[in-house]
Amino acid sequence: MNILSVENLSLSFGGLAALTDITFQVRAGEIFSIIGPNGAGKTSILNCIGGFYKPQQGRITLDGKDVTKTSPDRRAAMGLARTFQNIALFRGMTVLDNIKLGAHARLKTSLLQALLYWGPAHAEEMALREDVEKDVIDFLEIEPIRKLPVGALAYGLQKRVELARALAMRPKVLLMDEPVAGMNAEETEDMARFVLDIKEERGGTIVLIEHDMDVIMDISDRVMVLNFGHKIAEGTPEEIQHHPEVIKAYLGEKKN
Amino acid sequence: MDILGQLLVSGIAVGGVYALIALGFVIIYKATSIINFATGEFMMIGAYLLYTFMVMTGLPAIPAFLLVMAGAALLGMLVERAILRHMLGQPTISIVMVTIGLSSILMGLAELIWSTGFKNFPPLFPRAPIIVGDIIIRSNLFWGFVIAMAAVIVFALIFKYAKVGVAMRATADDQMAAFSMGINVRNIFTLAWSLGAIAAALGGVIIGNIGGIQPTLGHIGLTIFPVVILGGLDSIGGAVIGGFIVGIVENVAGGYLDPIVGGGVKAIAPFVVLVLILLFRPYGLFGKEDIERL
Repeated sequence: MNILSVENLSLSFGGLAALTDITFQVRAGEIFSIIGPNGAGKTSILNCIGGFYKPQQGRITLDGKDVTKTSPDRRAAMGLARTFQNIALFRGMTVLDNIKLGAHARLKTSLLQALLYWGPAHAEEMALREDVEKDVIDFLEIEPIRKLPVGALAYGLQKRVELARALAMRPKVLLMDEPVAGMNAEETEDMARFVLDIKEERGGTIVLIEHDMDVIMDISDRVMVLNFGHKIAEGTPEEIQHHPEVIKAYLGEKKN
Repeated sequence: MDILGQLLVSGIAVGGVYALIALGFVIIYKATSIINFATGEFMMIGAYLLYTFMVMTGLPAIPAFLLVMAGAALLGMLVERAILRHMLGQPTISIVMVTIGLSSILMGLAELIWSTGFKNFPPLFPRAPIIVGDIIIRSNLFWGFVIAMAAVIVFALIFKYAKVGVAMRATADDQMAAFSMGINVRNIFTLAWSLGAIAAALGGVIIGNIGGIQPTLGHIGLTIFPVVILGGLDSIGGAVIGGFIVGIVENVAGGYLDPIVGGGVKAIAPFVVLVLILLFRPYGLFGKEDIERL
């Protein structure tokens, strides 16, 4: 079953075409990776899916609902979560507060209710905290750091906290923009394992952008390759590695 | 010794009111990164609203007070929805000019509606001054301080614990991430303007009750500016401490130096302290240090 579908997506900034006629489907429970050289349009696709860029053309469907015109916060509430290339944690807050914010998207009490009636909002908050502790903090092994301000953490841990915050939203689809960029070998291995666990233990669906080819080939179910805003290939890691267009895009053409 | 104690106490009382008005700046800046130069005029409108409800329609103090808060919230909301929302993404200097223009418009409107004459609230509090030992505090100032502190505490609690407060802090930190968490950032902007306007309007009511109301009441906003910069534009705690520092400096410097130099020190002293502190801490006492990662 397709949980996310992108059809004929085109995006341009002024005269510059960032994406041209991109179509792909993401199946529930798979790791779908998007790769391509720098400037190929990978992050632009995530920003279109997230609702930050308005594509000139195309349709985006999340869990069967057309979300092309939906605002980013509504899409988040519908089950779309995201981690960022440059860590986008709320720096003034603790790890736990950051994670709880992710879970707030699921709370039923409205903003105004939360302002006016402390009672029901409070009860819901406590239930949420327990839930988050078990569900996310234990899973990502960040128990010892949960009371620390995020600014004080090492880079790899900050990335993990960002993932925790996204998971607390219980997303239907998790978009990850370069989760292992800038990490050392050990941190990379940890992160790759967590991403795989999200799929295998929790049945999560992940759309992944990454430059680390070892990670991509290890954990992806399917890979889509972009070059200059065009889709040039899609398939299993095995197929992609031997695809002539992909080899050309990455290594350049052989001159005879 | 007596005079120092007296000056300190008056300084703290005035400082508490400054802190509340400074919050008007800080709440809006924190969420939207806009310095609202019309904060003084929001104060002035707040004072006139209370005057209208109490003197012109004859409401008792407490309902009138609540209506002032509702009116201020509405004013903040209108300003954000009708004007500033359309300025999103424009250069900071344009947005600053818009808020300065807004302050002139509000002042002009006030002159049109309420005329330029000096007005007073009916007495709100018992007239007898509060006397502790040798120290005397004017009743209006004392009660103004009490109300201001109560409001500051409520605002601080909202920011720290209420879901909206957390959402506002998140928005201040990173708008794109806030959006991705399902926070309706546009509503948060509106809410910040409403809360900021309420803080300013309450401050205006207190100042108006102490010194009377006229369309230029908002000029005191200029005195509050050192408070805000001193504390750090985005720090609630900083606004409170900045308020006390400016209140105390103003009164102590004025009390000791005015008789020697013949007046005017009260108005200058906060700015001298401001310049000194900014020399050493350019982002204010408690402001966020912007760290650029390369």
